[in-house]
Amino acid sequence: MDMIKMVSILGAALAVSFGAIGPALGEGRAVAAAMDAIARQPEAAGTLSRTLFVGLAMIETMAIYCLVIALLLLFANPYTV
Amino acid sequence: MNDSPLILQTAFSIGPVPITHVVLTTWAVMAVLAGGCFLLTRKLSVEAGSAQTVLELLVGTIDAQIESTMQRDPAPFRTLIGTLFIFILFANWASAVPNVEPPTAHLETDAALAAIVFAATIFHGIKSNGPLGYLKTFAEPSWVMIPLNLVEQITRTFSLMVRLFGNVMSGVFVVGIVLSLAGLLVPIPLMALDLLTGAVQAYIFAVLATVFIGAAVSGEGAETPRKDTH
Repeated sequence: MDMIKMVSILGAALAVSFGAIGPALGEGRAVAAAMDAIARQPEAAGTLSRTLFVGLAMIETMAIYCLVIALLLLFANPYTV
Repeated sequence: MNDSPLILQTAFSIGPVPITHVVLTTWAVMAVLAGGCFLLTRKLSVEAGSAQTVLELLVGTIDAQIESTMQRDPAPFRTLIGTLFIFILFANWASAVPNVEPPTAHLETDAALAAIVFAATIFHGIKSNGPLGYLKTFAEPSWVMIPLNLVEQITRTFSLMVRLFGNVMSGVFVVGIVLSLAGLLVPIPLMALDLLTGAVQAYIFAVLATVFIGAAVSGEGAETPRKDTH
């Protein structure tokens, strides 16, 4: 196994692991805020959860970007022929 | 290691045109949906049977979701949003059929779906605000935002595509890896999670399409929400 492959695998692992930290914290904060809002105002739960889902999808996209980068490194790496 | 998720496998070719498994699955899903819709809507009556009641409930739910997101009459958007939701839902759940990969686990299907949403955004924006009015919405709130608004159009379409692809493909991938580690019964909870993710992603795709189209429609000139044109 040559150097580029090793570095690619390392890079993929690092991208996914560190890329998951930020979205995880963000999603935790979002869910906590939504829980707080639902506890204060249970009648708005429908609107809140819909907005929460869309917001979570937005945040989650950041982690998905990291995943896509990792997959590109592993499967479509332009430097390993 | 498994096959790359970025490469398509050809099933057979008709003349010079290669037909991939993804296209086959997509057409199968489309045939099932079109056939089901045809069978269900063939005998609509005022005194609804059980199948028609379920159908009405589904359409009513989609209508209510569109209306509460857009704050306007859902009729012009029902067909597009509803079709997107139901198609993506069934495409994601195609993984429940043995030996079938969901078409949305490949980038091409998602790119096509995101392109449809992109075109529909422009279409509805021009339809409700006029070409000049639609172009003017890019200069909201001030002309400084024009480059950002233009970039946003591209990036949000791209993220729509990558989000669906990443979620569905990672589900398929994880099931594949677990299957190669432990064969019997172990992947079943993951496959159930996969079905849940598929449903949530279909919902999110439809909601985001609604939000994008709603944002394009509700420009400065269209301050007449809820036109009663039933």
